[in-house]
Order: sequence, then structure tokens, then C-alpha cells
Amino acid sequence: MTQYNFAYLDEQTKRMIRRAILKGLAIPGYQVPFASREMPMPYGWGTGGVQVSAAILTPEDRFKVIDQGADDTTNAVSIRTFFERTAGVATTTATSDASVIQTRHRIPEEPLTEKQILVYQVPIPEPLRFLEPRESETRKMHALEEYGLMHVKLYEDISRHGHIATSYAYPVTVEGRFVMDPSPIPKFDNPKLGDMAAIQLFGAGREQRIYALPPYTKVVSLDFDDHPFEASKADHPCGLCGAEESYLDEVIIDDAGGRMFVCSDTDYCERRQAAGHVGKLGGKDAA
Amino acid sequence: MQAETLSGGFADPAIQSAQAFRGVMEAMARPGTVRSISGATPPAPLSGAAGTVLLTLCDPDTPVYLAGEADCDAVRGWLAFHTGAPLAGPSHCMFAVGTWDQLNPLSVYKIGTPEYPDRSATLIVECTELTGSGACLKGPGIKTSSALSVPEVQAFQHNTALFPLGLDFILTCGNTVAALPRSTRVSEADGATEVSSCTLP
Ligand SMILES: [Zn+2]
Repeated sequence: MTQYNFAYLDEQTKRMIRRAILKGLAIPGYQVPFASREMPMPYGWGTGGVQVSAAILTPEDRFKVIDQGADDTTNAVSIRTFFERTAGVATTTATSDASVIQTRHRIPEEPLTEKQILVYQVPIPEPLRFLEPRESETRKMHALEEYGLMHVKLYEDISRHGHIATSYAYPVTVEGRFVMDPSPIPKFDNPKLGDMAAIQLFGAGREQRIYALPPYTKVVSLDFDDHPFEASKADHPCGLCGAEESYLDEVIIDDAGGRMFVCSDTDYCERRQAAGHVGKLGGKDAA
Repeated sequence: MQAETLSGGFADPAIQSAQAFRGVMEAMARPGTVRSISGATPPAPLSGAAGTVLLTLCDPDTPVYLAGEADCDAVRGWLAFHTGAPLAGPSHCMFAVGTWDQLNPLSVYKIGTPEYPDRSATLIVECTELTGSGACLKGPGIKTSSALSVPEVQAFQHNTALFPLGLDFILTCGNTVAALPRSTRVSEADGATEVSSCTLP
């Protein structure tokens, strides 16, 4: 036996989180309160996602962690190592090999399957928070489906910028009922939220909320008849693998301030390169 | 104290409850799918699946209502020893377990509040059969439609009409489990429903 509880959390805490996950799945898009525990990592490190992962992992799982698309950031490596040690799970960086994927701010490019679960780290779960700071009031707004202010805020964007400027954490309506914050994923990823084959679970540690999207749930990004939703991305192919359809990060490649666009999903990009796809700058070392 | 009070729990609680939870979670996330779960051997009349669900989800924080024949000394003692869950009446419970007839009427259970629809009861329904055929299911978790043997249709239609309030159901039979969350729309079979296997992992 190890000196840890399996997956770090004690059994009673995991049961409490598991009950919250089931209610979240039964009421898609609704934020279930839970009693978040202190984790041996700072709040900014996705303690909500870590607690959800701890409650669902089994020793049979193969676990992947991405941080803005990358498997190799300090944050992603720490969380992966944490569950290797405490739950004895196998880990991987390959999206298609993972049974559970914990993510911060991205949905993998490769479509997920019915055998997979995507766990999101959420900083601010309440999409109405910037309109109304009081929890008692936002609860009421959700209860009464009072989402008019949300539309007003988006429309103000249009009148100010000529388009909806919100490009991350772009709010969605779930099954025509609850407005939900999809966490700070780029709105490019929003269309993947709906009709996904995998289970999607969202955990906010500091704010103590869990919510969920069952597979094949109807998810619609808020928009207007005269300004329909657009899943935008940088208008370039990936410099390393030439992908035209992936979400890109702009990176500085030399001391002279040279820049290139590369896939934010590093596993996707590496797989394409390994399969022989080459971008314009594919021969250069972009590290 | 009877011998069976002490036995029939998880041999390896952390691992077995994690594995059982995944089965229950998949069932709740994909209404109409029937899965096997194991680990608990509860006293009669509880099924292995119902006992496993209770051990996985219940503890001193969750009042449990034992309906009908489930409310016997053997089950009371077993549940208290293995979970510490307090017993409660149907109007105060978080979980209830029994046959469909014994669990009824459904109107007495908590369905949550408009601000907190999650504060609602979960009913563990012991079924004599549990197969992926029968009533037609649609809604979140279901690609087009699925099918499930349900005790009746109308009660689930009433429950779905309460959404986002409502009850959630975990159906058990032997070592198999399925679920009907409040979000699932249930209708009489239209003849075109497909049969899914009872033994999916
Ligand atoms: Zn690329």
C-alpha cells in the first residue's frame, strides 16, 4: 500500500464529488455546489479539475493532461505526475490513447470518442458573474432563465467593435436551458462542445462548482440573427505541420522578433509532422 | 449483530468504489445503456448492483430511505455498518432503494429547488429485468435514441416535465445498472428501437 489515499482524496470527499458529478450530468449546464478541498497545489493550477479527476480515475485509466494544448508545461507535467503517484494510472500525451484527459483552456483537435472523458479546469464557472457579483442573484437569474443581460452585454460588443469581441470563455446555452461558461477555451473550440461523443466534466476549485455535459448534448453559442456566432482562428496554416484547420498560437522564434503560427495542440501537430506533413517553417527548430 | 452485517462490503473500497462509480457515471451520462457493476454482496432483498451503488455513493451525509421489503433488519444493519448513512423517510432522503411499487408514490420525494435543482432525491429502482429494449429514450447523453426496459412510461414523463427540477433514477437488476436522469424524454416504444447488450463493461 502507498502512503496516500487512492487518487489523494479521502473516500468521503470522493463520494461527495461523485454525487455532485451525477447531479451535474442529470442537469446539463447547471453548476452543482461542492465542498472543495485543499489540494497540494495552488488554486491557479486547476484544483477543481484535479478533484474531478481524482473522483473519476480508476487504476485502468490512461491519463493525459494538457495546458493550453501542450502536454509539457510545468502545470501539465505536475498534474500528470501527481496522479501517476497517487492513483497509479498510466499516462500518455497521445490524445487517442487517453481514457481521461484533463485540460486547461483547450479541446483537443482530434475528435474524442465514447470511451473518453474530458475534464476541464475552470477558474470562473459563473457566466453571469461579471454582470452580477452576488451568488444569490445569479442563482435566481438561472432559476428564472433571466439571460437578457447576457445578450445585452454581447450586443454592446457589437456596437462598440462591430463584432462580438469575446474570444475566450464564450457563453453557451445547454439544451435550450442553462447558460454555461465553457471555461476559457478559445471560441474556436465552442462548436466541439455540442454533440461530443465523450463525457465533459467541469471543475472549479476556488469557486466550488462542478458541472457537466453528457455526450451528444445540444450546446449553442450565444449569438444574434444579424451577427451569427463565428469560430475564429488566426488566418494562417501551422508553420510546423501545415495544418489549415487547427487552432494556432503565435510564437516568437528568434531574437529579431520573428514570429510564426503553430498548432496549440502539440500532440496533434507532432502527429501530423510524424506523418510527413510539413509547414513552411517545418525544417527550422522552433523551440 | 448478524454475520452478514459485517460481510458483503468492498474488499478494496478505494479501488472498487472508483470502478463502480465509473459504471454508474457512464450509465447516468448515457441513458439506456446497461452496465455491470460489482463489489458488494448485500443481504436480501437487495441486488448486488443496488448494494454496490449504496456503498459507492452513501455515507453519513446522505439520508437513505429503505422502501418496502428493503426495510428489514438485515439491510438496516448492513447499510449502517458499511456506510454509516442515516435512515430517513421518503420526503427527507437523498437516496431511496426499493422496487418500483414500493418506492411509489413519487410525489413525496425532494425534487430540488429552482435555485438548487441538484438538491433532489436519487431513487435506486430494483427491477426484475433490465435490458436495452422497451421504452424509447431521447435527450442529453443519447445520440439519436436509445431504449430501456422501464417500469412504466408516464411517471418518467411527469418527472421530465419538472426539469430542471426532478428525480434521478438508477435502475438495478442483479449485477447490472442503468440510469434515467430527469433530462431523459421517455416515450412508448415505436417499434424501431434497438436492443443493446446487458453486459457492456
Ligand atoms: Zn501544426
